[in-house]
Amino acid sequence: MNELIVALAIGVLTGCGTWLLLRPRTFQVVIGLSLLSYAVNLFILAMGRLRAGAAPIVEAGAAANPAAYTDPLPQALVLTAIVISFAMTALLLVVLLAARGLTGTDHVDGRETDE
Amino acid sequence: MSDWRDHLVILPVLLPLVTGALMLLFDERRRVLKALMGVAATLLLVAVAIALFRLVDVDSTQVYRVGDWPAPFGIVLVGDRLSAVMVLLAAVVGLASLLFSLARWDRAGPRFHSLLQFLLMGVNGAFLTGDLFNLFVFFEVFLAASYGLALHGSGTARVRAGLHYIAVNLTASLLFLIGASLLYGITGTLNMADLAARVPGVAPEDRALLEAGAAILGIAFLVKAGMWPLCFWLPTTYGAASAPVAASFAILTKIGVYAVLRMGLLLFGDEAGASAGFGREWLVIGGLVTLGFGMIGVLASQELSRLAAFSLLVSSGTLLAAIGVGDAAVTGAALYYLVASTLGVSAFFLLIELVERGRKPGADMLAVTAEAFGEIDDEAASEEEVGIAIPATMALLGLSFVCCAMLVAGLPPLPGFIAKFALLSALLEPNPIKPTAWVMLVLLMLSGLAAIVAMGRAGVRIFWGSQEGRPPRVRVIEMTPIVLLLAMSAMLTLQAGPAMRYLQDAADALHHPRGYIDGVLGSR
Repeated sequence: MNELIVALAIGVLTGCGTWLLLRPRTFQVVIGLSLLSYAVNLFILAMGRLRAGAAPIVEAGAAANPAAYTDPLPQALVLTAIVISFAMTALLLVVLLAARGLTGTDHVDGRETDE
Repeated sequence: MSDWRDHLVILPVLLPLVTGALMLLFDERRRVLKALMGVAATLLLVAVAIALFRLVDVDSTQVYRVGDWPAPFGIVLVGDRLSAVMVLLAAVVGLASLLFSLARWDRAGPRFHSLLQFLLMGVNGAFLTGDLFNLFVFFEVFLAASYGLALHGSGTARVRAGLHYIAVNLTASLLFLIGASLLYGITGTLNMADLAARVPGVAPEDRALLEAGAAILGIAFLVKAGMWPLCFWLPTTYGAASAPVAASFAILTKIGVYAVLRMGLLLFGDEAGASAGFGREWLVIGGLVTLGFGMIGVLASQELSRLAAFSLLVSSGTLLAAIGVGDAAVTGAALYYLVASTLGVSAFFLLIELVERGRKPGADMLAVTAEAFGEIDDEAASEEEVGIAIPATMALLGLSFVCCAMLVAGLPPLPGFIAKFALLSALLEPNPIKPTAWVMLVLLMLSGLAAIVAMGRAGVRIFWGSQEGRPPRVRVIEMTPIVLLLAMSAMLTLQAGPAMRYLQDAADALHHPRGYIDGVLGSR
């Protein structure tokens, strides 16, 4: 059941993110990229195999039985990925504002299409 | 770990990091200090890169265990011939951009020197790391610096191109993460050597997933390398970037090529079992299409900076197609081509700004941005006339232009010719010759012709047309890096034998990764 929920969450986030990424407004692109990065973070976690109720850190002094613990590496990777994508989104927001100020439009190409 | 040479592998990462961070402590007005720090650090970086270059020729796989954990558990940096060549190339191109920027461009916006050092740090780290996730982190480091540099000087054109550049590369980074985590999910490791050791033993039912992960990872690399149809952001961004930035970006596409080469041959080399040779035909086709697209772009370009950006695509396409052939002799020639074309295109990006200065109002944008940072300008104005204007400027510019054209188009006696000749002779070696080899031969010849036509046309217009107004004022500090890059490529011709031998050794090591894998996993 857990697997299904996580898989659906990743799918929905990716679908929404991809759709928004292809929209013409800069704000939609930023939100799309954020949703995609959430989806990717969940995906990385899932790649370490989903496991409920298991700690990633071995207790001090206890004999380490690897089967009793969840894989800590994907959690470390997700942490790094969150920090990086967060910083990049902030940077993109600054550029977005600069583009809005310089071109006078929030279209991703810096000018409205003739319609 | 007492000998300083044991730490040589991590120095190209640490040196720019420390320098860039130290620069942040000083006020933006201490321009001379920052410039001195930057030049000193980059010169030192070149020296370190040369030392590394020599060291790995004696002892081919230098493994540096960061944190001293043994290889598959801790992160390792690995220096081998390919990494050493790329680090040296990055250092030289970085030095040239830095020297060029000292004349005026480093004043066009804040934090130029720090950003350039961080760019070098990320680039060197990407070349040296032996861990897939660490590669992602270094990709992000140099991308973050490159976002800042692409916007250096501001202006509508740069911000507009920068927005696309950032959005495309963020998406590519997400693909990188998906690919890397898929590989981890299948093999349970992120260490490149360990991955290579485990790929042949992957269960048949997991193989499709492994290949899908590798393909997604490959797309992330190919966006950086600029393979068609993933390259539409490249000419606009590079064309809009300021000259020294565009010159240093010439190395960025080569990181994509490097990553494809390294990961492709480690994971899917000839010893990789059932997946051997995965994706090669796609690389050949994609590379050839990129070559054709770049060639048309070179012919169609109105502006010189776009012409240079498209010639970067031509060089990417050539390299990708050559890597896709999957033959050690072709890879060796391709590496020689990589070095020659990078030097040529970066010199060309720098030269364009000087040539266009007298003709087009490109200087206007500079004037506007210099006003925006007015507080720097006061101090700058007093130092404005430090350099001397070169006499017979146009003659020197014209000569450099001819050299760049010969280098990019691949005419003798410059190394572009030797590179293409070596590439073609290696391609036509096997019997019977593959049909793709003929296509590549034709396209390589035609792309050279296209470059000659386009650059000849531009050269005639600039140097032989009627002079409007005075020739551009060019300072020694701006001419030095161009001459440096061209002299490096002349050296590459004179020393073609040893250089070719070195690069061929690098290619052989790539095609037989046993030494790399044992070197990394056996390091205790």
